[in-house]
Amino acid sequence: MLGKLTWAAIPFDQPIPLVAGAVVLVAILAVLVWVVVKGHLPYLWDEWITSVDHKRIGVMYVLLASVMLLRGFSDAIMMRAQQAVAFQSPGFLPPEHYNQIFSAHGTIMIFFVAMPFVIGLMNLVVPLQLGVRDVAFPTLNSVGFWLTATGALLVNVSLVVGEFARTGWLPYPPLSELTYSPGVGVDYYLWSLEISGVGTLVAGVNLVTTVLKIRTKGMNYLRMPMFCWTTLASNLLIIAAFPILTATLAMLILDRYLGFHFFTNEAGGNMMMFMNLIWAWGHPEVYILVLPAFGIFSEVVSTFSGKPLFGYRSMVLATMVICILSFMVWLHHFFTMGAGADVNAIFGIASMIIAVPTGVKIYNWLFTMYGGRIRFATPMLWSIGFMVTFILGGLTGVLMAVPPADFLLHNSLFLIAHFHNVIIGGVLFGAFAGYTYWFPKAFGFKLHEGLGKAAFWFWLVGFYVAFMPLYAVGFLGMTRRMQHYDVPEWRPWLMLASVGAVVILIGIIFQIAQLVVSIRDREELRDHTGDPWDGRSLEWATSSPPPVFNFAVLPDVSGEDAYWAQKVRAKQPANADEPHYEAIEMPRNSPTGFVCAFFATVTGFALIWHIWWMVIAGLIGAFATFVVFAWRDHDEYEIPAEEVARIDRANISDRRDMISAAGSV
Amino acid sequence: MSVATMTHDPVHGLEVTDNPGPAPKRIVTGYGFWIFILSDMVMFSCFFAAFAVLSGQTAGGPHGAELFNLKNVAIETGCLLLSSFTCGMASIAADLRNRFWFQVAMAVTCALGLAFLRIEFREFADLVARGAGPSRSAFLSAFFTLVGCHGLHVSAGVLWLLTMMAQVFAKGFRADIQRRILCFALFWHALDIIWVAVFSVVYLLGSAA
Repeated sequence: MLGKLTWAAIPFDQPIPLVAGAVVLVAILAVLVWVVVKGHLPYLWDEWITSVDHKRIGVMYVLLASVMLLRGFSDAIMMRAQQAVAFQSPGFLPPEHYNQIFSAHGTIMIFFVAMPFVIGLMNLVVPLQLGVRDVAFPTLNSVGFWLTATGALLVNVSLVVGEFARTGWLPYPPLSELTYSPGVGVDYYLWSLEISGVGTLVAGVNLVTTVLKIRTKGMNYLRMPMFCWTTLASNLLIIAAFPILTATLAMLILDRYLGFHFFTNEAGGNMMMFMNLIWAWGHPEVYILVLPAFGIFSEVVSTFSGKPLFGYRSMVLATMVICILSFMVWLHHFFTMGAGADVNAIFGIASMIIAVPTGVKIYNWLFTMYGGRIRFATPMLWSIGFMVTFILGGLTGVLMAVPPADFLLHNSLFLIAHFHNVIIGGVLFGAFAGYTYWFPKAFGFKLHEGLGKAAFWFWLVGFYVAFMPLYAVGFLGMTRRMQHYDVPEWRPWLMLASVGAVVILIGIIFQIAQLVVSIRDREELRDHTGDPWDGRSLEWATSSPPPVFNFAVLPDVSGEDAYWAQKVRAKQPANADEPHYEAIEMPRNSPTGFVCAFFATVTGFALIWHIWWMVIAGLIGAFATFVVFAWRDHDEYEIPAEEVARIDRANISDRRDMISAAGSV
Repeated sequence: MSVATMTHDPVHGLEVTDNPGPAPKRIVTGYGFWIFILSDMVMFSCFFAAFAVLSGQTAGGPHGAELFNLKNVAIETGCLLLSSFTCGMASIAADLRNRFWFQVAMAVTCALGLAFLRIEFREFADLVARGAGPSRSAFLSAFFTLVGCHGLHVSAGVLWLLTMMAQVFAKGFRADIQRRILCFALFWHALDIIWVAVFSVVYLLGSAA
């Protein structure tokens, strides 16, 4: 009846996951009870859960990423603590639990923190920057978000029901095959990523179509803000790379569930095919994450330097070159496979070539700042912190792209330090820059600057204290994923690294405090202008938060930095005619995404535990959901012209008041 | 649609055609679906790659030449190609808003799709019965996965096809339903293209070896 699921699945003998799981469960229940008792449920359901508004979906993506960041970070701090104490002793984590923690940490940070964070920001901002009212597929967008949430949920369920994979964040066979990992851990990994992978693919299709087909009048390709270009590149990579992940994991699923022989030791299976396929997805994946971050830095650096982006066209070209090259370097993840000197040399050189377009970008940002009137607001601090940190991470990457050097450094903590250097310094700093930069656009008030700057400094210092020692122990020969060790030279470095993790923790606490304080003081931090940073692109041309239709009248664009041009023109008087307002059609909200994700969760859980009747029920439910969705007669509603006019007039007069108040000072 | 305007780009001295604004829904939907199909093809290409890598790994078991019945495969191929033709007929009927011929063409498409699936299912059942199931060797794992994945797509397509027939029956040729018919047709034709590759790479090359 319940497949492999028995009471033995609950880890009563392991206090850490049990207590952590219980605390999370109590917290979730408490929030739910509060929501229901306070009567917020209808609001949440109508305005958020069923919303197909790209801004709301973007916010929910970022919220999911932030919550999962806390989960992933608690894994990180447990690992650092374990390695700090586990010198000639077993430490406080049993080996099989430690293995689950590092596997969960990587999986969560990449798939459920970095991915939803950048996809959320793209969702929130790109339609606004393109000067349009919506994305290409609003309801599918909601489906994509909720499927991502399903994946995150399944990973967290594994904390208390069963176990998570012990195979690392990429489940290399043959270890991940049924023979060596008979438990459900790998199955949790596989199904949560298959489901959230579909969600990511949907997001990719949606955003590519949006950028290529839904731009306002005059928004030619070479007038798009840089963030739109990097969004395009990143989502093209999603479309080309995520199906590889889906297919590769499907092969491992078939091996595990039906006794196939793709990657097994027996019957002709080829485990190195898994490494090749998974990295053919995995390397583009890092550019899927970092390209949007590059876009954010481009926007931030140009805004806070008060100058147009230096070398816009070279930036576009560099982005697209990275997009293509990212598919030609995957083999550098396993130079030690033994493909031979010729193959390794080609991939080594290709890997080094990627540093060229990236270098172009760094110089462009520097030259954008050169001669500018720079304001050191929090987003700008993250950007400058990024430039310094990322160059360092990039250089260690180029070092590892040299095959002979890689033979020494492969799977050492030097590698760990390298990719945290680029992912934290690149993706995460970018995400935080974007979060502080666009927060006022999403909610109508700015985040507290002082606390934001404090968070930045603790993160920056914490990062260096936590990861520079890992370069050192890497050189001292320490390999990754060690549960305990006996080499005395490593110990001081690992203790220092754990201090760094604590400093990062303080940074995170400051970020939470920043959010809480900003919400409390939101009236003082309110942004009436819609343009709190003196921005240059169209998202700042509408109010904060924007009305559901974004723009009462779609803007007409005639050059780069469209909103900056509007502001320059507006200084000349004769430009005050009220536009002609028309009724606007917007898509209706739909529970399709949520219901679909519900059935996906049921199906995924049932597949993990081999509960076959429940699998069939879940699949039928999902299909029925789509039929019901396809059957509805009214998928749009109309906002009458008077209503549009009323909202827009209120926004404009709000702005006028601010401008005249500023003028009288 | 608004007319595209030309502007002079003073910096680069070029004439640029201005973007006319957001594209109409039919274009957006079709375009998005094309991109989805491209991603699906990437997925298939992984299974093709896996098949290419593993096709020699028979682990002492049977080779393709000993297993494949080209006559069956020819009939299968005929069914699928013909179904693409009738699917095209259904598209034309939908454009002309002719319910009767739309339903007839879709029904024939469905029947041909089911015939294809039946032949494929029997081939699989026969192989398993002869001890050449997917767990016999890496070659057979890759074969069953690649061909089976295509078969699953056809099955999903049949479900979608029946849904479209029901929708047109209940609601007629509404604009959103027309867009779905467009996407369905793209999907069905794409499955044909993939089958041509399966036919050539798996069955023809496999029988020759």
